[in-house]
This record gives sequence, structure tokens and C-alpha cells, in this order.
Amino acid sequence: MVTQAATERDVVLRVNDLRTYFQTRWGTVKAVDGISFDLRRGETLGIVGESGSGKSVTMLSLMRLIPMPPGRIVSGSIMLDGEDLLQLSDGEMNRVRGSKIALIIQDPMTSLNPVFTIGNQVSEAIAIHQNIPKRSVMEQALSVLRKVNIPAAESRMRDYPHQLSGGMRQRVVGAIGISCQPQVLIADEPTTSLDVTIQAQYLALLKELQQDSNVALIFITHDFGIVAKMCDRVAVMYAGRIVEQGSVRDIFNRPSHPYTEALLASVPRMEEDVDRLYSIEGQPPTLHDLPPGCPFADRCQYVMERCREEYPTRTTISEGHDASCWRLI
Amino acid sequence: MTTANAIVPESGAPASGGNALLEAVGLKKYFPVTKGLLISKTTGHIKAVDGVSFELRPGETLGIVGESGCGKSTTAKMMLMLEDPTEGFIRFEGSEIRATDAATRREYRRSVQAVFQDPWSSLNPRMRVKDLIAEPMVINWEISRSEIQERVLKLLNDVGLSAYHANLYPHEFSGGQRQRLAIARALSLNPKVIVLDEPVSALDVSIRAQIMNLLKDLQAEYNVSYMLIAHHLATVRYMCTWVAVMYLGRIVELSPVKDLFANPSHPYTKALMSAALPSHPDTVQEEMILTGEVPSPLNPPPGCHFHTRCPFAMDHCGVDEPQVKEVGPGHTVSCHLF
Amino acid sequence: MAADVGGVLTPSKTTGFRLSGIYYFFRRWPVIPVFLLALVLFAGVTAPLIAPHDPNLQSLTERKQPPFWYSAKTETQIQTVVQRVLPGSAPQISLSDAQKINPAAQIGDTIEVEQVLRPGGSTKFLLGSDQLGRDILSRIIYGARISLLAAAVTLVVGGCVGVLLGLVAGWYGGLVDEAVMRFVDILLAIPLVLIALVMVATLGASLTIIVAVLTIFIWPRFARQLRGEVLQLKNMDFVSLARVAGASTPRILFVHIFPGTINTLIVVATLQVGIVILLEATLSFLGAGVPPPTATWGGMVSDGRNYLAGGFTTGSWWISTFPGIAIVLTVMSLNLFGDWLRDKLDPRLRQIE
Repeated sequence: MVTQAATERDVVLRVNDLRTYFQTRWGTVKAVDGISFDLRRGETLGIVGESGSGKSVTMLSLMRLIPMPPGRIVSGSIMLDGEDLLQLSDGEMNRVRGSKIALIIQDPMTSLNPVFTIGNQVSEAIAIHQNIPKRSVMEQALSVLRKVNIPAAESRMRDYPHQLSGGMRQRVVGAIGISCQPQVLIADEPTTSLDVTIQAQYLALLKELQQDSNVALIFITHDFGIVAKMCDRVAVMYAGRIVEQGSVRDIFNRPSHPYTEALLASVPRMEEDVDRLYSIEGQPPTLHDLPPGCPFADRCQYVMERCREEYPTRTTISEGHDASCWRLI
Repeated sequence: MTTANAIVPESGAPASGGNALLEAVGLKKYFPVTKGLLISKTTGHIKAVDGVSFELRPGETLGIVGESGCGKSTTAKMMLMLEDPTEGFIRFEGSEIRATDAATRREYRRSVQAVFQDPWSSLNPRMRVKDLIAEPMVINWEISRSEIQERVLKLLNDVGLSAYHANLYPHEFSGGQRQRLAIARALSLNPKVIVLDEPVSALDVSIRAQIMNLLKDLQAEYNVSYMLIAHHLATVRYMCTWVAVMYLGRIVELSPVKDLFANPSHPYTKALMSAALPSHPDTVQEEMILTGEVPSPLNPPPGCHFHTRCPFAMDHCGVDEPQVKEVGPGHTVSCHLF
Repeated sequence: MAADVGGVLTPSKTTGFRLSGIYYFFRRWPVIPVFLLALVLFAGVTAPLIAPHDPNLQSLTERKQPPFWYSAKTETQIQTVVQRVLPGSAPQISLSDAQKINPAAQIGDTIEVEQVLRPGGSTKFLLGSDQLGRDILSRIIYGARISLLAAAVTLVVGGCVGVLLGLVAGWYGGLVDEAVMRFVDILLAIPLVLIALVMVATLGASLTIIVAVLTIFIWPRFARQLRGEVLQLKNMDFVSLARVAGASTPRILFVHIFPGTINTLIVVATLQVGIVILLEATLSFLGAGVPPPTATWGGMVSDGRNYLAGGFTTGSWWISTFPGIAIVLTVMSLNLFGDWLRDKLDPRLRQIE
């Protein structure tokens, strides 16, 4: 597998048949049930889904942060840079986490510790992962802060988070994220709690960081707007599986899975008047009690008998665009 | 000075004015900031709402958009009589509600109901659904148990739930269903106005359209007016007939919805639109990313509140407060550019 | 490759500490505390039926009888047989007594004498008797009544006062809140024992006085807890919506807010029972409690404290120790049960699954 990854240029992260299950008192919850995707250098992948679709568990599995028990990564592989993260020991994973694969969590405004200086917090991340003398840690922290365009970075190093404006704090969080030059940066609903103008600033910053460092970015989100604005490729998740993935234009122009299609049609548009939104009836399924067959069948307008009997196979629509739906076969 | 900024209905209201159901005139809400424990001293005021005027006509939906801290929720609270305005007044069917007798005020309370954002906190977890929906009727109407029962079932049916749901507790419902319950409760008194404070933003994407469509259907069926507080422009475009854009306690632009999206005039409105997320990757958006954050309402900038972030700011923007100007039929803007 | 690694991927053998079945059961359910509390409650309620003796029946010939498992304690001493025993001299024994042990004893002989240092226990007094020959077990059983009565009355009265003032303080805020909470602070700062001693000195000791003092001490705790809860609940959207629906303030307080605090109230009450029982015992111990001869746990501990000298060998330790154990077990059980209830009822503090 290592050689195979090496031949395919630019693939930094390859997830293959990842399954993460949780044991609960209602039985086994298959939160992530066999997902596979590739991520290339400098690319932005959007993982879209509703609550309970498994997108956050996917993210936690990539970071190996699943609480065990009750969770368990049952099978699959996560190949990052030629090594399978699932085969690493806890100690080895701690070194990978933050240095090769980093995470920016929900609210960039509250993820800084108010009692430490900016310099402390940025250099901490560097010191943990790189065995270098203290002086060069500080130098590196400074250069990271400069990289994210923080003016007067030297004096900012001694400031506490409350002394910085919100935009500056965003930049510091971004700086911590890229401080160890990770290959993959995961942003989990990075902007849900932000106002639109602040969100726009933050997204612009992430884009800028990505262009500078050529890091591969994974956006975990429920918002197709973020996908449209930020992503090159999209994976749509429903009930623990990727039901469709493809380039962002493929997904928006030729949505092939009925769920993707319905979801896109149910979002109001700012650019044009819509008489009536398409509304997906029913609720997302509960994962501990999934019916056989396609979990979307109950809410699908094209449902066929076969949909309720077996899960559809993955069908390639065009290069890099596939979906799992019986209608496509 | 105080009225200078307010969008005075005489100048700002559209030609069809006069049959307004609900009117806010120069509403202000200042929260005192105090210092000291025992002998407290007022050191300043947070100007949450600073002179806001608008009107709402029967069967229409007025959207109020803005970022957090712009005063849209405080405005909603004043309309719901949960906060008393510091200045200004609210007129309902022609009579000013604070000046009239208690009976008229009770009538107002009954006529203006609300649905809030968080369906997990807006339903008392210890009451059964039937008691939750019946409560406003029990308080306000003298009707028999069986009549209430009957109406609860009708309301449940109208919001797309079934009779057996009546005996359940709120925690047995999903977010979308709980929002349906909240809507049923708000409708129970046959109100004339419902204040919707971010009614879909806490819901899953696939559920939002359900609730928005339901609200639209119910508006036609119950002939109710909505005042929709939102931060999502696309939602506003879909739901509203009128839109007011608020910034730091003031309305900067007020317009019929079509006109606002076709011809956004105030720089802040334009910035909001360019910051909004596109609905398609090929959507071309004007690049106008505002720098900085909303200033503190404790000490708002002089002149036009927006001048500190405005890319078109001129010298006198920081001195004079802009007047309300009409740029189209019913479309008013407070900006020195016009 | 993916298939054969299944299952061994869980790296957290260190974090996944598995609780063994029995331990887990006892950790999950408060079996022992509940059993002990049930026992105390049962004893208190059915005291006249189950107590083996009248708790106040004195029997001066059976003073300080040890618990039933004690055998008599004797000591062998060498004594000189004399005609008449003179006080204060070397161990002596009178001729007549000596001849009871050994008929051949003569004056001037030395003789080995078995001396009874302490009589043995009997099943008549299972846990022994006190300095007035009263049955300790019966007194403990009756003492449970006093403890439970004091706790119940205190909690009902103190709880009601505390709940009302807490609701009002939390709801109205501002000056009302300030006034109530400062009053609460003052009451919590007053040394209770001192006040109780003064009140008993001036008004005389009685159960009523004790309960009154305890109530004054207990209600601020309820008020403080309730106020915090109200402050949280009153910002919930459903409270605003109740106002929008036209609900009056009493309706909001009692229909919407109070029911939301019941879980907390139960927990506070459970934890306070322990404190009340402890305080009642303290006051009784200090003589400021229920006057004798009524059996109270604190009073019994106090009664026995003069007879502890000599320890386990010659002292009458059981007079104080058994009521002491009753206090400790009851209060500890209440605390454990209260902690468990809090975990169960307050999801924010949930520690056990």
C-alpha cells in the first residue's frame, strides 16, 4: 500500500473503508460505516452532512480522538504520508497529531487560553512537536505569526488574547494550526458561531494560509455555502456513509444522489427568488436503528423497492464523481 | 438629534402606509452600565437600540437582519413587551400600547406571540405537549376543557404533528418537531403578529426548508404577520416582504425585499451581501470584506455608526448623523452617499 | 490488510479501566446507604414495637453491662488473709471471704483470689447498658425517632421558607435579592452552637427550641441554592414565552420555574438531613438539646463520655460508641445517597453512567 501511495502523486491522505462504531445501551451505533476518500496536496475537501451523519466522528477518527470506550475504530486505514495512523501507538500518534495533521475547532474566538500570552500558546505547539532549543522555538513562533500577517508580531507575542481584536485572535488560532507545517488541516464547523462579516474574514484567512503553505484542508460543515465558497471537492455524508463525492462543480451542477439534490434544492438562495423551497420530509434516521437498504429511502422522492432491500453500490458518474444510488445503475 | 437618525414614518413609510398593523416609532433601549456595589453610579449606557422605526402591515413579513449586537433581538423583546423602551413607542392598530388601558395592553399581548431560536430552551421540559400548547388559551380565554382539547389537536394537525403527540414531553421530539410545537403554541391565540427570532438557524439543513415552508403556509392560513429576526440573507429573501438592515442599534436601510436585493444601497448592506456565502461555486461576488469588528454599543462612533468600517467613508461621516433618504418606492437609506 | 487489523486498533488499554461486575454494581447503585437509611427509618417509625426494653427503664443493679459478646473479665491477685481488711494497705482479704475460696485458709496465709474487674455481657442488653442500667440498643432505636423528627420538621419548615425567599430573590433580583442574600450571608456566618446555647439558657431546653434553631440555620442553604437555580431558569426562553403568553408572575414562578428546581431541592434536602442530624446530635451532646431522659444519639454520646476511662479493657466504651456509630453511619449514608441522587438527577454533574 505504501508503494501504491507513493506512485500516486500528491495524495497526502488516503482514507480507506473507515468504520467507527459506538457501543451504546441501544446497541451498536455505526457512526462511520465504511468511508473512503483521498485528499491531495493543497486541495480543500468539504465533508457535508447533518447532525448524526458521521462527519464529526470522521474528523475525530482521523485525529484518533474517538473516546474509547464506547467508541471503536473497527476497520479501515488512514494513510498519511505513507504510514497508517491506525497502526501507530498512542505515543506515536501524539507526535503526529498537531504536527502532521492539525485541527481548528469550532469557535476560533474561544479556543485561546486567556491566561497565557500569545507567544506562549504559539510556541507551545511548536515545542511539543519539534525537539529544538527554546530560542529557535520563539523565533519560529514569531515567523509563524508574521506569516499570518499579524502586525508588530514581536510585541504581540507578549500580549494576552483579550488584548487582541477578534480578527487578530482568528489569525493567532490559524497560526497555531499551521505552526508545525501540517500536511492536513481539519476545520470542524469553523465558522458556525460567527457573524457573516467575521466569517468572511476568517474564510479569507484560511484560504490565504492554504495558498501560502499548500496544506490540504478538510472542512467539516453542514453549510453548502461554505462548500461553494471554499472547497475543491465535496463528500456528502448521510447516516455514516459518503453517499456522493465529486468536484464542487460536479456536485452543484449535476447532483446525482437524491439526498444531495434535495439538500441543494432546500437551501434558500440569496441571488434569486425562489417560489417554494423543496422540503425533504421526515427526520434524519437514528443510527442505532437503521433499516436495511438505503437509509435515505424513507425520505427519497425516487424510492424504489430495491432501495429498501440492499444498500446501493458505488457508481462512478464521471472521473472523480461517484454516488451510491440504485437509480444510477 | 435623536429624531434625526430615526427613520420617521412620515418620510420613510411607503405610499401604502396608514393601514399599518404594528408600528415602532423612534424606539430606543439604553441599558445603564453601573459601577460600585452599594452606592451604584451610572457610568454610561449601552445603546442597544438607538432610534428604530418601522411598520408591519397585515399578512406581511418584515425581516430584520444584522450581526450579533446590532439590537435586533432587543427590538424583538420590546415588541413583545419583554423590555420597556427607553424612548419611543409602539402603536398597535392605531393606539399606542403604553398609553392605553390595561385591557388594550392585554389585547396586545394576546395578539403578538413569538417563536424563538432554540427549540431546546423554548419549551418547558416538565410540561406535556397538550399543556404547553394549551397554556396561552388557559391563561387568556375562558373556554371549556373540551374546546381547548379540540383546538390543541387542530393546532398539532396544522403544524404537521399527530394527535398522539399531545401526551408526550418535549424531550421526546427532534429539533424540527420541537420547533413545530413552538409554532403551534404561538398560533394558539390566533395572534395577528408572530415575532420569529431566528426560527430555523438552530435546525438541521434538511429541516430548515420544512419549517420555512410551514411558516409560509400558516401565514396564509392564519393571516398572521411575521416579524422575522435573522442573520441569514437568503432566509430573509425567501421569507420576507420587507427588510430592515440594522447596524449598531440603528436601521441603516429599509426596503421591500426585491428592491433591497436588486439594488442594495447602504455600504453595510452591500458588505453583508458580499460576505454572505454563495449558493453556487460559480457565483460571482463583489469582494468587499469589512475589516475590524462592530464597535462597542457602549461607545458608538459619532456621526454615522458605520463610518469606522465603511470603505466609502468621507470626512463628515464621522461628524454628522446621516438623514433618512428615500431612494426608491418605500426604499429608505441612512447614508451620506445619497 | 484492513480486515485483519479489526479489533486490535483500540489503543486505549490504559484509559479503558474496566470495572469489575460487583464493584460496578455497588458504584452504580447506592445499595449500602439505602439499606442503612431504610433501617434507621424503620427503627424510628416502629420503635415501640421493636425495641427490646423501655428506653428509660433504669436498673441500677445492671449498670454499665457490656455488650452481649463480652465475657467477664477477671484478674488473679495474691492477697494476704487477715482478720479485718484495713483500707489503703496491701492486698488483703478477710478470713471469712478467704474461706469461701479455700476452706483451709488461715490468717497470715497468702491466697490467690480471682477478682471480677467487669461483669460479662448478656443477651438481655445486646449492646450493653448505660450508667443508669438502661438498654443502649433500645435507646438508639428511640433516638432515631428524635433525629428523624428533628430532621423532618426542620426540612419542611426550613425548606418552605428557603424556597419562597430563594424564588423571590432570584426572580426579582435587584434590591430584594440583595436584602435576602445578605441576610442569608449573616445567618450562615453566625455560630449556630453559640446561639443555641444562649437560647436554651434563656428559654429552656426542648425539642421545639432545637428545631427552631436548626430551621434558622437550614433555610438559608435552601434559599441560596434556589436563587441560583432561578437565575438560570428565568433566562430560559420558555419563561419569556410564558410572559408573552400573558402568564402572571405567580404562575411563572410556580408553574414554570419551581418544577424545574425540584431535582435540586431533593438533592439539597438529602444532603441537609445529614447536617441536621449531626447538628441535633452536637447540640444534645452539649446539653443544649432535647432534655433528658429522652433518648437522643447526641445525648447518649455525652452520657457515656465520663465512662470511657479505661478504654477497651476496663472502660464502658459502649455507652458512647454505639450511638456514635449510629450517627456516623446515618450521616454518611445520607451524604452518599445525596451524591448519588445529584449525579442521577442533575445531568450537568453526571459522573456515573
